[in-house]
Amino acid sequence: MDIRTTGGPPSAEEIAAVDGFLGAPESLWEGGARVEADDHVAYGGLATRSRRHLLLPVLHAVQDHAGWVSRGALEYACRRLSIPPADAYGVASFYARFALDERPPLAVHVCDDIACKCAGADALCDALEKGFGPAGVPGASGSAAWYRSPCLGLCDRAPAALIERAGKHHAEARVAPAGYESLSAILRGQWPDSEASIHAQPRKESRLLRRVGVVEPTSIDSYVQAGGYAALRRALELGFEGVIREVTDAKLLGRGGAAFPTGRKWDAVAKAAARPHYMVCNADESEPGTFKDRVLMESDPFAVVEGMTIAALATGCEQGYLYVRTEYPLARERIENAIEEARAKGFLGADVAGSGMTFDIEVRRGAGAYICGEETALFNSIEGKRGEPRNKPPFPVAIGLFGKPTLVNNVETLANVLEILNHGSAEYARVGTPESAGTRLFCISGHVREPGLYEVSMGTTLRALMQLAGGLHEGRSLRAVLLGGAAGSFVTESQLDVPLSFEGTRAIGATLGSGAVIVFDDTADLESVLLRIARFFRDESCGQCVPCRVGTVRQEEALKRILSERDQSLREVDIALLSDIARAMRDSSICGLGQTASSAIGSALVQLKIAGMN
Amino acid sequence: MFGAGGGTSSYREVEQTDLVILWGSNARETHPIFFHHLLRGVRNGAKLIAVDPRRTGSAQWADVWLGLDVGSDISLANAMARVIIHEGLADTGFIARATTGYDEFARCVDAYPLERAERETGVPAEAIKDVAIAFGRAKTGMICWTLGITEHHNATDNVLALINLALLTGKVGRFACGLNPLRGQNNVQGGGDMGAIPARFPGFQDLEEPAIHAKFTNAWGGAKFPSKMGYHLSQMFESMDHDELKALYIIGENPARSEADQTRTVRLLSGLDHLVVQDIFLTQTAELAHVVLPAAAGWAESEGTVTNSERRVQRVRRALEPPSGAHDDVELICEIAKRLGTDWGHPTAEEVWDECRSLSPMHAGMSYARLDELGGIQWPCPDESHPGTEFLHARLWMDPIEGPAAPFHAVEHDPPVDLLTEEFPIRLTTGRRLDSFNTGVQTGGYTSPLRTREAILISPADGARLGIADGERVRVSSRRGSVEAPIRFEASLRPGLAFMTLHFPDQVATNILTIDATDPKSGTAEFKASAIRIDKLVAVPAK
Repeated sequence: MDIRTTGGPPSAEEIAAVDGFLGAPESLWEGGARVEADDHVAYGGLATRSRRHLLLPVLHAVQDHAGWVSRGALEYACRRLSIPPADAYGVASFYARFALDERPPLAVHVCDDIACKCAGADALCDALEKGFGPAGVPGASGSAAWYRSPCLGLCDRAPAALIERAGKHHAEARVAPAGYESLSAILRGQWPDSEASIHAQPRKESRLLRRVGVVEPTSIDSYVQAGGYAALRRALELGFEGVIREVTDAKLLGRGGAAFPTGRKWDAVAKAAARPHYMVCNADESEPGTFKDRVLMESDPFAVVEGMTIAALATGCEQGYLYVRTEYPLARERIENAIEEARAKGFLGADVAGSGMTFDIEVRRGAGAYICGEETALFNSIEGKRGEPRNKPPFPVAIGLFGKPTLVNNVETLANVLEILNHGSAEYARVGTPESAGTRLFCISGHVREPGLYEVSMGTTLRALMQLAGGLHEGRSLRAVLLGGAAGSFVTESQLDVPLSFEGTRAIGATLGSGAVIVFDDTADLESVLLRIARFFRDESCGQCVPCRVGTVRQEEALKRILSERDQSLREVDIALLSDIARAMRDSSICGLGQTASSAIGSALVQLKIAGMN
Repeated sequence: MFGAGGGTSSYREVEQTDLVILWGSNARETHPIFFHHLLRGVRNGAKLIAVDPRRTGSAQWADVWLGLDVGSDISLANAMARVIIHEGLADTGFIARATTGYDEFARCVDAYPLERAERETGVPAEAIKDVAIAFGRAKTGMICWTLGITEHHNATDNVLALINLALLTGKVGRFACGLNPLRGQNNVQGGGDMGAIPARFPGFQDLEEPAIHAKFTNAWGGAKFPSKMGYHLSQMFESMDHDELKALYIIGENPARSEADQTRTVRLLSGLDHLVVQDIFLTQTAELAHVVLPAAAGWAESEGTVTNSERRVQRVRRALEPPSGAHDDVELICEIAKRLGTDWGHPTAEEVWDECRSLSPMHAGMSYARLDELGGIQWPCPDESHPGTEFLHARLWMDPIEGPAAPFHAVEHDPPVDLLTEEFPIRLTTGRRLDSFNTGVQTGGYTSPLRTREAILISPADGARLGIADGERVRVSSRRGSVEAPIRFEASLRPGLAFMTLHFPDQVATNILTIDATDPKSGTAEFKASAIRIDKLVAVPAK
């Protein structure tokens, strides 16, 4: 495009970073040097614009290399992809992880979200502020800065931090639990030791976690030895109508939060007339308190790949995308490795497992946007756009990624598919409740003795689940449990016998959501937790539709007033306002973010009698 | 085209066509409203081909850009036609049923093999072939052009070459097909429609046709007026040069800045016995006038209609009273008539329009009430039950066709008059930019972040060869004169090609350089092709 930003030209390093990803430009018109043919002919148009979806990967390449995205680099990327710079700027500035102002190459992202708060994240941030200056401001050395971050999905080892080092030797690392000592060493330039990934305990009744800690996550041979790819073989025997029938009979409901019947979704995509079909695995697990998909991807990545393959073949998809949040570097690495190994063994590619069918997977990396877990926002993100949800209908099964019929499944949902095929739908549905078949992964964090990932049959009570996690610490009493993460709701001691099933939680006005279970004992500062939740939604609202954009801001303001106001009558005015805002957001936001942004706060005011509510 | 001077298609069609050739048009900057419609088409999957010496902002949206040498359009079009015929992509049924002159045309284009076209246009043969095949194969497609086609000494032949391509492939008279000259103002089309061209009455009725002439004579109370066509603009200046034309009444034009060979234009205007200029501003032309009539602004201070590029007649309403002393054009004309001894009264805009409808069959059905109700109507609209016409020439697809067949015209490549030589080795072409309009009469008073001082744009390679730095002031000379201007490097220009606009005549009088070689048929000057040289300014030694 001939439109220019006001920045300077790209540096040689930035050009190299972009070209390293896209390949060298072939003509003057793509940003290269003039060759003779450029004088009289140029090709571009749709062919170039259809590479728009590479914008996020290109921006990542630049930022990984330079630590931030300069105007010159952005402009060069635009030239390569034929995107108007204003449009690309709108995209880059949408995602929290892209820095559009110069910053040091070393970035330390410290989680101050709900679970980490319970583990002292606030004190840690205070100490960092004293030692290294305020968040986002480069310290004295100028080579590093620390930032506050929403949930990093390491709630079982809170408080957590993610380290990024830009440059030729770009690297990411995680520190969890993080302390002032470890982080200050890093901020002074000492790279942390590589961490071990574990943190799920397979038990003998485990299904989804049966291979976690058992198979070698970087070896396809180890996976196959443990029974891997038997489900794909079974699927090929059954034929794809048979597979969809099995999944339908198993009554599998989606594990991403919306609990849509998986079989029905697969059937709709399989029958969609438009071509091609796309398969998307939603691994953008960003709900505060949730880390189940991370554990599956880190510890059993081949299962995710196999699950995607089965789903894709059953629904006629030849191209798949796994969209994983950028905060999960190890998961990304393991999945990318698994895809490569699967391809090498013929489980992906032009002739999947000798079936004559084609399927391959590309990993796409998010860039710090909770909203991209919403499926249509995720499509826009893959397409290289701002992650703004689309209106539904049309639903993804009809018009999804690139405007084509698209199957979107959550990581845990796909793990269930392997269970169904390996053991049959009848055996699968033997556990759980009649309406909620199978098992469910729960991410327990907060004030329990053994935070971690637990798999239990659907219908297990919350009390039993908490006991699995070791219960509360000695001498403490329960204040509340946040079920379903920031978009979920609080339950109290009296509701601990709720069966954890879709219908069981619905009956008490709660939700299983993403499987996040954050436990608060009597030492918890719940007011601060509520303010964090309000700030989270205010930050993460994409700003596209008014009720959510305005509502999440007003909600935070009203909550602040309620928590500081001593005059009961004034407080009641704000509480009424809060409930009006909640209704407006619930009724008229176009996506789940706005619709659930008031749920936890509303339930706290009612259930926990915070602010003197009766 | 084939008797009617207007684009054949509607904006809606460009949104739904399979392929668009944008030929000699930087519509993104010069026709931004039309370009929005075109982009909708592109987003709906239309293939876009841009033919332009410069890789313009419009060309950057194109799937293929053919960067032909200035003035080689006919060679390119004829070579494309030859490919289409040889590949068996000509619509032989349509040609046989609805056209004439095909055999002579086919013989003519057979002399344009790809190698010749590559030599004459500079465009690689393979690219020409690909584009020809894409156009031939497209189910629907249209060709749109502007001044890159018409500001040449052989403008009419250029247009005919494009019409030939449409006839050859049956891409006219059908939905989402057609031939569209884009109009530069909201009412260029309307001006021609209303008879502001030498040979036509309102509604494109032939002035020299006795029956038509009689119709107007009767309607206008036996008024006497010439039965032969008048002069077009270039002929008027020639006539002034011969001292024949001595008085001139100019409404809303600024020829002292917009005409080619400005030195000559100003000399001729200054030498007139009587010059009347009617305009909303005191333009450079008005400064030369004996009488200046301050006019109301057509788009805000008058009532009336305008007609856009898709032949849609639309109402214009007065939003403001004109400043004191300024009058509506109709009022001014009636006052002049009164002083010449004829009282036309004080007609309203609607009364004038209704008179036009009574005389122009293609406007007959367009009452103000219907224009309001339908949001404008596309001509022809012969009666008040007629919905207007979305695209022209559907008659060519009737079997048998209605009316006369559409003629092919064999036209030959004829390079620009102003030859490139060692003395004048650089091809200067002129054009317009998004932020400015023509000579700047209406846009010069506003600032724009896009606007930079006028400069001559050249390829950085030429700059290096001439030892000239970006931003340096240079002397630019043609066979007609020379101006000083700053240089600006523009990476999208190839070596040997320079570009200037005519937006800022006070900064750089570009038209001192341009040639007034004129197309005898349309009267348009060859603004698009001058031969120039660029010299470093000689430093004045310090005293």
